[in-house]
Amino acid sequence: MKHIINALVENKPGVLAHVAGMFAARSFNIDSLVVGRTEDPKLSRMTIVVIGDDRVVEQVRKQLAKIVPVVKVQDYAGQPVVARDLMLISVAAPPEKRPEIFSLIEMFRGRVVDIGQKSIMIEVSGPESKIEGFIDVCRPYGIKSLARTGTIAMPRRNKAE
Amino acid sequence: MKKISSHAAPAAKPDAKSVLKPGAQVIVDTLIDLGVDTVFGYTGGVVLPLFDKFYDAPINFIVPRHEQGGCHMADAYARASGKVGVMIATSGPGACNLVTGLATAMMDSVPMVALTGQVRTELIGNDAFQEADTTGITRPVTKYNCIVKDIKDLERMIREAFHIASTGRPGPVLVDLPVDIEVAQIEMTGNPAKLDLPGYKIRTKGHARQIEMAAQAINEAKRPVLYVGGGVIISNASEELCTLARNGNLPVTLTLMGLGSFDQTQDKSLDMLGMHGSAYANYAVQEADLLISVGARFDDRVTGNLSTFAPKAKVVHIDIDPASISKNVHVDIPVVGDAKVILTELIKLVKHQDRTEWFARIAQWKEKYPFAYNHDEQGILPQYVIDELYKKTQGQATIVTGVGQHQMWAAQFYRYSRPRQFISSGGLGTMGFGLPAAIGAQIADPKDLVVDIDGDHSFNMTLMELPTAVEHNLPIKVMILNNGYMGMVRQWQELFYGKRYSKSYLKNPDYAKVAEAMGAVGMTVQNKADVPQAIETMLAQTNPCVVDFRVVAEENVWPMVPAGKSLNEMDGLNILERLI
Ligand SMILES: Cc1cc2nc3c(=O)[nH]c(=O)nc-3n(C[C@H](O)[C@H](O)[C@H](O)COP(=O)(O)OP(=O)(O)OC[C@H]3O[C@@H](n4cnc5c(N)ncnc54)[C@H](O)[C@@H]3O)c2cc1C
Ligand SMILES: Cc1ncc(C[n+]2csc(CCOP(=O)(O)OP(=O)(O)O)c2C)c(N)n1
Ligand SMILES: [Mg+2]
Repeated sequence: MKHIINALVENKPGVLAHVAGMFAARSFNIDSLVVGRTEDPKLSRMTIVVIGDDRVVEQVRKQLAKIVPVVKVQDYAGQPVVARDLMLISVAAPPEKRPEIFSLIEMFRGRVVDIGQKSIMIEVSGPESKIEGFIDVCRPYGIKSLARTGTIAMPRRNKAE
Repeated sequence: MKKISSHAAPAAKPDAKSVLKPGAQVIVDTLIDLGVDTVFGYTGGVVLPLFDKFYDAPINFIVPRHEQGGCHMADAYARASGKVGVMIATSGPGACNLVTGLATAMMDSVPMVALTGQVRTELIGNDAFQEADTTGITRPVTKYNCIVKDIKDLERMIREAFHIASTGRPGPVLVDLPVDIEVAQIEMTGNPAKLDLPGYKIRTKGHARQIEMAAQAINEAKRPVLYVGGGVIISNASEELCTLARNGNLPVTLTLMGLGSFDQTQDKSLDMLGMHGSAYANYAVQEADLLISVGARFDDRVTGNLSTFAPKAKVVHIDIDPASISKNVHVDIPVVGDAKVILTELIKLVKHQDRTEWFARIAQWKEKYPFAYNHDEQGILPQYVIDELYKKTQGQATIVTGVGQHQMWAAQFYRYSRPRQFISSGGLGTMGFGLPAAIGAQIADPKDLVVDIDGDHSFNMTLMELPTAVEHNLPIKVMILNNGYMGMVRQWQELFYGKRYSKSYLKNPDYAKVAEAMGAVGMTVQNKADVPQAIETMLAQTNPCVVDFRVVAEENVWPMVPAGKSLNEMDGLNILERLI
């Protein structure tokens, strides 16, 4: 099962190596790992999608928390979250196929960000399932290249708030 | 030991006027301010500025013959004293030589700080002379490591290193020091730098409700076993443990690392459990309805086959490291926190229960399968040597070991009664730990009687530290249980590889001569009848002394739980039974 784990880490050299090294050393399976700045310049946020049963993920969470520059760890399992991936995908698009492709882009709320003679580059963001869906519909046209960010996520606001 | 010189720079005082100091001086002053009086270290190019400041510092400085040895010395110094061990090495090769020592300390949760020199900041990453990515190499074998990139951070990072190494679940911390940081000048105000560790939190106090649940489980248990590990020694919780066992009327079994935390001469002691543990401890665990684990980590040498470990027991687990809990074995009642703090609370809630039946059962196992050896053997049995040592030292010596059969016999046939009395590499199982560890333990307490029960091949790995012991007039005793073999390996080859002793026999030197050549006392014992006298002579030495006991070559350690088997499926019980 996939779990989204969120780690707030100190913005220090070696932290990423430490986290990545821990995952490798303990043979935990990472699906994706995203690091980026936060509102606080001293802290970065790592969003890690891990594959494993509850016991494995519990160990991941605890082992992460043990790393000294890791400030806070949260497992979003069982919580309503907003989870998003961003993808740039370049698809073969001969002029006669473009109307079809544009309507697919429309359906997936993507954006054309570059147009070439034979291909177009599209930006799509959303939950992983949507990204996967878009890749599937593009496949018949020929995918030239593809880049994804991996998942970032935030819990939804508590209703009581 | 060397006299400490008194005219060195004093430690920074709170209101002292600010002074300009080089980084190297900041390091030495900070160490002194942190209470460090003993440092192990080996010099080299990029630590010259730092070593220059040790020239007249009020610190007992021990130079090993190899950085690995120095690291084990600092480690054993820490294990014996409870203080932080400090080891210094140069960049590149010096730092690389620390890896085994750091990993050894990491696996056994030993508080250590390693300081390594590094090439100048602007050369880092250029494959400079004697450059190694020290923080990269040592990250998996340290609790934490860092490199100082700005002289302004230096003092704080040293203080943080000591704090992290010695608190929570202890472990080695490495601080990498580029040489330009050692020589850069900084204005020191005299106020100690504040720690800045937002990600480092330790829970020491156990959850009250969890402690109540644990107490209730204990009070209701018919067949409880206390399963105690190294965490109790780290936490200095032996007294509390003893009270809990007494008040609650609970039998106690110890891991290899837990030896010494509970007096094994007491009736309630089940001695060590696990692969080479006692039959009575292993049977008791498999029959228990409640296992109360304190500061132990359910290592595979202890549990045997996980799926059949303590099958009838509810599990209470007291540990300071949340990641230890439910890592290997499902825990019913976890209590996260410091053993001493938690036991103090738990004792108040635990009631004495009559467990006559349970103790009677245990007594039967004890009677049937004690640790035993053949007293009629003509040759020298290694167990006999340890038994004699036990008698001649009244069980009071501090014992350190190498790794192998001799280590297991040292665990089985010497009985420990005080914490920090048994010092051994359990988690990593590092051959060569014995001699440098003896040196470290002796330096921690110069008056203590420190005996290294070593294997021939373990001793071979670090015997170059003998001159270190000679230089400092340390009265350590090394007993080599010389079977010619890598005995533990040979035993496995005998049992599981059809006696094909592949590459486990090597030619050994004459250890008595080696010892003498290095300035120590050397003896060889070939006859069983000479063993008692040889031990007495050894104990009377005031210089380092090495005794080469030519023991029976193919003796085995029993009982033994073969890999993958359950704890109650021990081999060798028939042998033990025949011996009594
Ligand atoms: C050849 C060989 C054979 C071996 N055979 C055996 C064997 O038969 N039986 C055996 O027992 N071992 C054996 N060992 C040792 C084994 O490999 C492990 O090192 C050992 O079992 C671990 O001991 P421990 O569980 O006490 O954990 P330790 O490694 O001592 O860990 C300490 C635990 O206590 C916790 N802790 C630390 N500080 C505190 C605190 N303040 N409060 C609470 N908790 C704290 C830590 O988080 C950790 O979980 C053998 C080793 C070798 C080399
Ligand atoms: C550094 C290191 N290398 C290899 C091993 C594997 N090993 C474990 S026990 C052992 C043999 C130990 O021989 P010796 O020190 O003579 O002790 P004995 O078992 O004979 O008592 C070996 C090779 C180890 N534990 N450590
Ligand atoms: Mg041997």
